[in-house]
Amino acid sequence: MPTYPLIDRLLLIALVLLTITVPILNLGVNADHALYIETYNVTLLGKYLCFALLALSVDLVWGYLGILSLGHGAFFALGGYAMGMYLVRQIGDRGVYGNPDLPDFMVFLNWQEAPWFWTGMEHFPVALTAIVLAPGLLAFVFGWFAFRSRVNGVYLSIITQAMTFALMLAFFRNEMGFGGNNGLTDFKDIWGFSLQSNETRNALFVASGVALLLGYFICQKIVRSRAGLVAQAIRDAESRTRFIGFNVENYKLWFFTFSAILAGIAGALYVPQAGIINPSQMAPLGSIEVVVWVALGGRGSLYGPIIGALLVNYAKSWFTAAFPEYWLFALGALFVISTLYLPNGVMGLFNRKAA
Amino acid sequence: MVLVLSLLSVTAVASEDNELIQTLAPELLSKSKPKRLMAIDEIAASSAPRKALWLQAMIDGDLYQLKKTDEIVLATRQGNTYSLTKASDGTGLDSVKKRALRKIKIDNAMRSYLRSLIGTLALQSDDTEERFQAVYSLLGKVDSDAVEPIRKLKSQEKSERVHEAMGLLISIHDLENGTAEQQADAFEFVSGRLDNDVLNSLRRLSETSADKQVVAQAVMLLDEAESRKRWYTYIETLFFGVSLGSVLVVAAIGLAITFGVMGVINMAHGELIMLGAYTTYFIQQLMPSAIDYSLILAVPAAFIVSGSVGVLIERTVIRHLYGRKLETLLATFGISLLLQQAVRTFISPQNVAVINPSWMTGSWVVNPALSLTLNRLVIIAFCLFVFAVLLFVLTRTRFGLQTRAVAQNRQMARAMGIRSARVDAMTFGLGSGVAGIAGVALSQLGNVGPNLGQSYIIDSFIVVVFGGVGSLWGTLVAGMSLGIGNKLLEPWAGAVLAKILLLVFIILFIQKRPSGLFPQRGRAVES
Amino acid sequence: MINQSKRKAIGAFAMTFAALTMTTPVTAADTIKVGVLHSLSGTMAISETTLKDTMLMLIDQQNEKGGVLGKELEAVVVDPASDWPLFAEKARELIEKEKVSAIFGAWTSVSRKSVLPVIEELNSLLFYPVQYEGEESSKNVFYTGASPNQQAIPAVEYLMNEVGAVRWVLAGTDYVYPRTTNKILEAYLLDKGVPQEDIMINYTPFGHSDWQSIVAEIKQFGSTGKKTAVVSTVNGDANVPFYKELANQGVSAEDIPVVAFSVGEEELSGFDTSPLVGHLAAWNYFMSVESDENDEFIDAWQSFIGSEERVTNDPMEAHYIGFNMWVKAVEKAGTTDTNAVEAAMIGVSVPNLSGGYSSMLPNHHITKPVLIGEIQDDGQFDIVWETSGLVAGDAWSDFLPESKNLISDWRAPMACGNYNVTTGACSGQTL
Repeated sequence: MPTYPLIDRLLLIALVLLTITVPILNLGVNADHALYIETYNVTLLGKYLCFALLALSVDLVWGYLGILSLGHGAFFALGGYAMGMYLVRQIGDRGVYGNPDLPDFMVFLNWQEAPWFWTGMEHFPVALTAIVLAPGLLAFVFGWFAFRSRVNGVYLSIITQAMTFALMLAFFRNEMGFGGNNGLTDFKDIWGFSLQSNETRNALFVASGVALLLGYFICQKIVRSRAGLVAQAIRDAESRTRFIGFNVENYKLWFFTFSAILAGIAGALYVPQAGIINPSQMAPLGSIEVVVWVALGGRGSLYGPIIGALLVNYAKSWFTAAFPEYWLFALGALFVISTLYLPNGVMGLFNRKAA
Repeated sequence: MVLVLSLLSVTAVASEDNELIQTLAPELLSKSKPKRLMAIDEIAASSAPRKALWLQAMIDGDLYQLKKTDEIVLATRQGNTYSLTKASDGTGLDSVKKRALRKIKIDNAMRSYLRSLIGTLALQSDDTEERFQAVYSLLGKVDSDAVEPIRKLKSQEKSERVHEAMGLLISIHDLENGTAEQQADAFEFVSGRLDNDVLNSLRRLSETSADKQVVAQAVMLLDEAESRKRWYTYIETLFFGVSLGSVLVVAAIGLAITFGVMGVINMAHGELIMLGAYTTYFIQQLMPSAIDYSLILAVPAAFIVSGSVGVLIERTVIRHLYGRKLETLLATFGISLLLQQAVRTFISPQNVAVINPSWMTGSWVVNPALSLTLNRLVIIAFCLFVFAVLLFVLTRTRFGLQTRAVAQNRQMARAMGIRSARVDAMTFGLGSGVAGIAGVALSQLGNVGPNLGQSYIIDSFIVVVFGGVGSLWGTLVAGMSLGIGNKLLEPWAGAVLAKILLLVFIILFIQKRPSGLFPQRGRAVES
Repeated sequence: MINQSKRKAIGAFAMTFAALTMTTPVTAADTIKVGVLHSLSGTMAISETTLKDTMLMLIDQQNEKGGVLGKELEAVVVDPASDWPLFAEKARELIEKEKVSAIFGAWTSVSRKSVLPVIEELNSLLFYPVQYEGEESSKNVFYTGASPNQQAIPAVEYLMNEVGAVRWVLAGTDYVYPRTTNKILEAYLLDKGVPQEDIMINYTPFGHSDWQSIVAEIKQFGSTGKKTAVVSTVNGDANVPFYKELANQGVSAEDIPVVAFSVGEEELSGFDTSPLVGHLAAWNYFMSVESDENDEFIDAWQSFIGSEERVTNDPMEAHYIGFNMWVKAVEKAGTTDTNAVEAAMIGVSVPNLSGGYSSMLPNHHITKPVLIGEIQDDGQFDIVWETSGLVAGDAWSDFLPESKNLISDWRAPMACGNYNVTTGACSGQTL
């Protein structure tokens, strides 16, 4: 696997610069100035960064461990829901029914009290725990069963898909207590700061940037560590690695769980910027799309998926406004052409220069 | 609202004139429903020669008033215009647009009333089937005045079926309103019958009758019927399960080839199904007068359309991706977006109307408690047929042998002189073609629109994987068991929870058997 | 070889991007921009594409009449792709970047809920054209579709009084609109003395396609000899398989009529309706309405879209009403400033397509007639019943315990969307 130290460093510098300059250009520059960045774009970029973190988490298990997960949307959404619950709690008695104890959608369904899992969600530390624990636990339990039974290849991919599909159907049910199809929305404050203020938006953007950078550093540490090398050995020759004496299942389990937590954090940062979390975030096709970002950027490197996620999402935002009726042609063609001509993703383009 | 008919006894002398319809026009077009009903009664009581025609036209919604001349006309739609004949004498008039017409509106209650009116008229029809239908349309709707003439008709009736039906009609009346003797006869007649009207009569009887013996008899018959009905309910549930299963199998079986045998993660599978469904639509557009045969023609046509698109995809895209199978996911995902948008742009973002041929409409009535819908029966048979043909092709023909050889070991197959490129294209074409004919079947059940493919793709992958990648039998068994499982769970868990439970079951099952129901054996599988 | 293909790829990318950028439209200098926020791809494209075209037609027509305030109207169309967070993002783009004066859009409740905070924050206007569950009244939203009291309750009254239904199946897709509507209807039916065991409630997931068991259950429920009716809040996509199954299992409208709130002409054009004749729908407009305005509208629509086969439906009428109200309000206010237009909107009255006038109420809902139609074999509806006058849209249902004390009035001095008459408090948004 070739490494591209130059691009690696360039991307890092670009990310750091982006994280610093965007807020400055939004808050510090006059709206008439040529360099001014609209708040709309700040939030948009913030969301892209969350998607990039999600793509990174998929790449960690796919690119370095060979587990093609078609269910990472579920982890992303679980993190998002945990954050969403915290944000809904912050609404307090400012909901349409003015009920301080129950979110609007529960009042609406005539519920007398919130289900147990809403307990304590108004406190950020509890919510933060849930953001990490919910996707982490699900991944751990799921992985513990799946890896011990040595479920591999497409079988593993498809049951991750079944998992996110089942979870989506479950969250659609109004009885579940997560707001059904409407999901959680109408957020007002985070940590006492209004979500509608420019400063909060920029802070969330910076938080997303920092989370992505941190995630990137940690992933880099992991893949360069001994564990990372073992993981790549598992990817390339699982049986051989097992026979050498490594506990393949444990490596897989911890990588998978960590990746799920990363995805959950991405979701948690995404929700306050998107303003809504709803079960369709868990739709199987959504998770496949994430895999497509990774493949397009180039899996097996840590910057590939980041580039892929940014590129596809930027293209999508732009296409949907510029060619609302034809944008799917452009996106579809982009996928087909890049698979045919860029076998190692966009990053493969730089292969020759770096070598 | 139960309308009690006593018209057979009406002997009022009324108009014999066909102009009657014209004189009644203001009443027929009135906003007040009682007025319209009175007009209908007047028509029914008249002896105008064309009255049966008018009543039928009214039921069919074909009776209009021409706005310009106030004439009452019979109108039949032809494209965007209506061709007219005068209701009173049948003379033809110029075709007009719908806007030139004022409809004589009827609602469900009036339609039902009209049907029984026509029923009473048709009781004396020469056509056996018409008489039979007429009797059935009157079940539970006759009062004591109306039932007497039917007793007389019954004694003259030659046809066994109609005789039996009339007996039922009379018995239902007699159970509650007959003399003691008639009631006893009726009890004997309805014993062992499961007709709804009978059971409802018995139920009312058991609740209201003052005669203890009658109540006991009614309760006994009811209990007997209920326990028999329960069995039929089980059979029905099983049928529902098998039919849902066959839908899953039909949708997935093409994928069992492109994904199962060839290993291409074919995200465009759903769109190939969609193309098949659209082919059905276009065939029906081409032959609007022969809808009944359109499906038979659509099967090969859809196979060719989807198959060619499949070959095209294989030759232009997938060919370059052997050896990096996961990337077929990315490329075919792109293709699926392209195909979807192509349909939206070049055909329509709306659903299109695919008509069910008459032999797939309605149901096969086994007995009053059990009827099996025809479209489902056809699809079950179709599913088994497609499965058998594919199994034959893959295991009993030279092409099948080559396909499996290439799938298992490409290098070795080539060394043996198999032209692997050609085999790949043909196999992918076969899988795509089968997806196309699945589209023909699925067009009979649900929406035909740009989203058709997406609603089947996830289920199809799950079925193929649950069955064991590469195994046709696995796909069949997996689809059927998921279908039956779903229908067994649905009554007590509800539709959503049933699906969730099945998905969880599959996840757990794969833990037990990590290669599905029918795992492939051999070295090639390891890679 | 590899390098060559790579160079080709870069070339291809560059060319595509160049080609795409060049086609970006040049915006005219002095126009009033109107945002159109309807999904053109994804699951909702089936219904929403038509509304996008309707808006384009209405804007064209207005421009032919000379625009508004002497300025040409310019439609800004974006595709939120049936993706709910994308609705919020695109709404923000329309308001912040494109500076539109008003947005016409959204179909599902969740897309409206997603857009709502953005519209309120940026103080713009949204015209929402679809029947919905009520329980909402925003300063920045005008609800031109029906609220439950303008559709569901009259339909049930019709079934009860005219058809004589005594047993009820409330079947719906599991989301907020059916849940709320069914809760309102259940409360209403119990209130009218219908015993609990004569009400069956059933929910199915989105896009439910296998209706065999449920239809069998409905048949069973309706076989007791008492007149049974089905009130269906089943959502779009699931309707075709539902009706096909009804037809095949022989559930005829004369035995068990089904009244639907989400099935209109457009949905019916997706299948053969001959087995469904007599099943019902409740709307505020049908294509078969006889009025000059309607004939004109249908002609304009069919020539705009270039097909005599295309139908019109209720949400299209809602946009027709909403757009004309907006035009009138802007002219009345003399500006497109949100607050001025919002204030001018209340009380505006424009012709609807059924031959009367609809006016904007202080709670941002409108007055409409309620029509009940029976499906015909040509995919149209025959109107069999209509309310004698207009029904005023109610934002907060009187049949839900939590909302019966709430009222909405956006006129000063109350200026509140959810004023609690018992506590005298206004929670949520104020001016």
